[in-house]
Amino acid sequence: MSTALLTVSPSPHIHTELTVPQIMRGVIIAMVPALLFSIYNFGLGAVYVTVLAIVFCVGIEYLIAKYLLNRAATIYDGSAVITGILLAFNVPSNLPWYIILVGSAVAVGIGKMSFGGLGNNPFNPALVGRVFLLLSFPVQMTSWPTQGATFSLDAVTGATPLGILKDGLRNGEPVDSLMTQMPSYSDFFFGLQGGSLGEMSAFALLIGLVYMLYRKIITWHAPVSMIATVFVMTGIFWLIDPTKYASPFFHVLTGGVMLGAVFMATDYVTSPFTHRGMLIFGFGIGVLTVLIRLFGSYPEGVSFAILIMNAFVPMINRFAKETRYGSKASDRLERSDASTRK
Amino acid sequence: MKTPLHHKLKTFKIGGVHPDDNKISASAPITPLALPKMVIIPIAQHIGAPAKIVVQRGDNVKVGQVIAVHEGFVSANIHSSVSGRVGVIEEVMDSTGFKHTAISIRVKGDDWEQSIDRGDVLVEQIKLTPKEIVACIMEMGVVGMGGAAFPSHVKLSVPEGKQVDHLLINGVECEPYLTSDHRLMLEKPKEIIVGIKILMKALGVDTSIIGIEDNKHDAIELFQELLKNETGITVESLEVHYPQGGEKQLIQALLNREVPSGGLPADVGVIVHNVGTTFAVYEAVQKSKPLVERVVTVTGKEVKQPSNFLVRIGTSVIDLLIAAGGVPERTGKIVSGGPMMGKAIADLDVPVAKGTSGILLIPEEESKRAEVYNCVHCGKCIEACPMGLEPYRLLLMSKKGNNQRAKEEHILDCIECGSCSFVCPSNRPILDYIRLGKTQLRKPKKP
Repeated sequence: MSTALLTVSPSPHIHTELTVPQIMRGVIIAMVPALLFSIYNFGLGAVYVTVLAIVFCVGIEYLIAKYLLNRAATIYDGSAVITGILLAFNVPSNLPWYIILVGSAVAVGIGKMSFGGLGNNPFNPALVGRVFLLLSFPVQMTSWPTQGATFSLDAVTGATPLGILKDGLRNGEPVDSLMTQMPSYSDFFFGLQGGSLGEMSAFALLIGLVYMLYRKIITWHAPVSMIATVFVMTGIFWLIDPTKYASPFFHVLTGGVMLGAVFMATDYVTSPFTHRGMLIFGFGIGVLTVLIRLFGSYPEGVSFAILIMNAFVPMINRFAKETRYGSKASDRLERSDASTRK
Repeated sequence: MKTPLHHKLKTFKIGGVHPDDNKISASAPITPLALPKMVIIPIAQHIGAPAKIVVQRGDNVKVGQVIAVHEGFVSANIHSSVSGRVGVIEEVMDSTGFKHTAISIRVKGDDWEQSIDRGDVLVEQIKLTPKEIVACIMEMGVVGMGGAAFPSHVKLSVPEGKQVDHLLINGVECEPYLTSDHRLMLEKPKEIIVGIKILMKALGVDTSIIGIEDNKHDAIELFQELLKNETGITVESLEVHYPQGGEKQLIQALLNREVPSGGLPADVGVIVHNVGTTFAVYEAVQKSKPLVERVVTVTGKEVKQPSNFLVRIGTSVIDLLIAAGGVPERTGKIVSGGPMMGKAIADLDVPVAKGTSGILLIPEEESKRAEVYNCVHCGKCIEACPMGLEPYRLLLMSKKGNNQRAKEEHILDCIECGSCSFVCPSNRPILDYIRLGKTQLRKPKKP
């Protein structure tokens, strides 16, 4: 054997098997239950929107990397696919193709590539796309195909539970009577409610969460902190006046809380580094979501809450640091030095 | 035998990783390697000043004869590990990848110095005074055998004004693959216990704890049995958790004390010695035997006979590889030491030194680094760092040459365990840049 063929490199000489493409694949697998459920609920519409969003996101990233940045294509890491699925999860299943194209272009082009691609974007790209669409196409973005009563794929549209609640409360109706117009909590939990593609079924999303926790892709801190904050905060308001405020179970199981907690508050790039930071981040998202839902003009606030907290991530990283080894000891030394000096 | 679940094992508190331990050579008994035809003995095998050569080309030497004496206090004597004639004295590349002066000796017979007791009889009575023990350890060239090779007599000379109350014995062997300490604990436990008593006497401490990771149950049980009637020495089973064998981590795991930044274990009343060193101390003090041989693990996923050899210092790596069944076809990298902190060697003629704990053969497909992606801010390096640093930031600072900033962020606290690079999903060369930053900071400033 010729020794000229030996590789020489600094330690460590072994590496964990969890690399970026594998993590991205793991996240995609974790999205499958929610995706399957949305296909069950919305049929071909869900397939159509999801496939288009993935194709547009990957295609736009490829074109930007190749022709605008003159770089090797970065699409193989799988992050553009995730952006595509997440964007699809955040829109109604009857959205026309050109709106999906605009959303994808904004998500990948402005939300991600303009900052330098994977890892450099301060805001969650899918949410940038989603919020852009919500502000630009408010009508299309809030006409949700109804389901639950009939599983047929007609063009009948209706409001989400949060929308019904907001409008009803605005008209002075008490929460109790509004609740009679809505599905039961178990229907909420399993996903028999109106809404965006991927946000309906807490059950399907929780399967994804458990899978990602099992694969050690994410930790529990951000999602648990966010869901707990929404639950506790809405719970307090509900205890104060149950005729004006819906129950905490309603708030946790409807809208984008589960989707945001599982797939967006856990996004590596746009969330803090440390566990302590993730707890603060989740808490912030929870508080902002509840404030927007209860006191804002929009029925739902998860997207805005996450984007606002994304902006705070650098600051959270500055203050929520790991405990350094020896910091206790040096504190003690400094203190004893100070006391001897006295 | 598994430890019952309700018993929570001790471990260090910050960071750490769990690589597969791959202890494939654990059941191979220590076997003496056949005498080589020639040895190459570097004069800088330890941290500190290289030793000063006291032999000339053509001299005849015996096993155990001093061939280079320590220069100053932080240095160590070098003894001939074979008998024979001194050959060329020139610079050769050692396992660190740097060229250092080394003495080559052509082997003739196996003629040992008269003063050395080569018998297997256990000598329990410690006759020397603490001062004489330290002098003897210095004379016999004993250095830390866990890898860093810090001269042992320096560690035993506790600075004025520092009170040491605990001696910790490092039997952790947290590096994957390596089993030399494990085998030594199984085969020489009584000698190690006498070695511990010698070290305790030298330091004047009454308490000693042997820390062993839970994947070496046989060694833990053996020591528990042997220490039943001893007072002052206990054995503690530790959770398998890299880098527990790091001095600072072991102190945190066993005593929940933290060595201050830039400080020494003695600052918190602790001295740590490796089990290999403890055995060498026993041989030096009780048998007058200098450090001329050590246990070296030869291992790897495709190695024919994963082995633990008793090897004379200065033996070429190639001799060990031949004895372990040759170099497998698809070997891509050969590492001196473990996979997390060992050094890749470029040349099979590299000699075994006092700090060489193992030779690891890595197959072709695992030898190359994978594609590097952008940092995705996953925070796994921060989670893994046992010193609680922010490795990704230290990388950026070093890359930009922002060394003073890195110093403020405690880059010099890094113990180079490699946990950050190990976990990085983007395969970023985090530790490479941290090493660069540390080197830049340690370089003397230009006038």
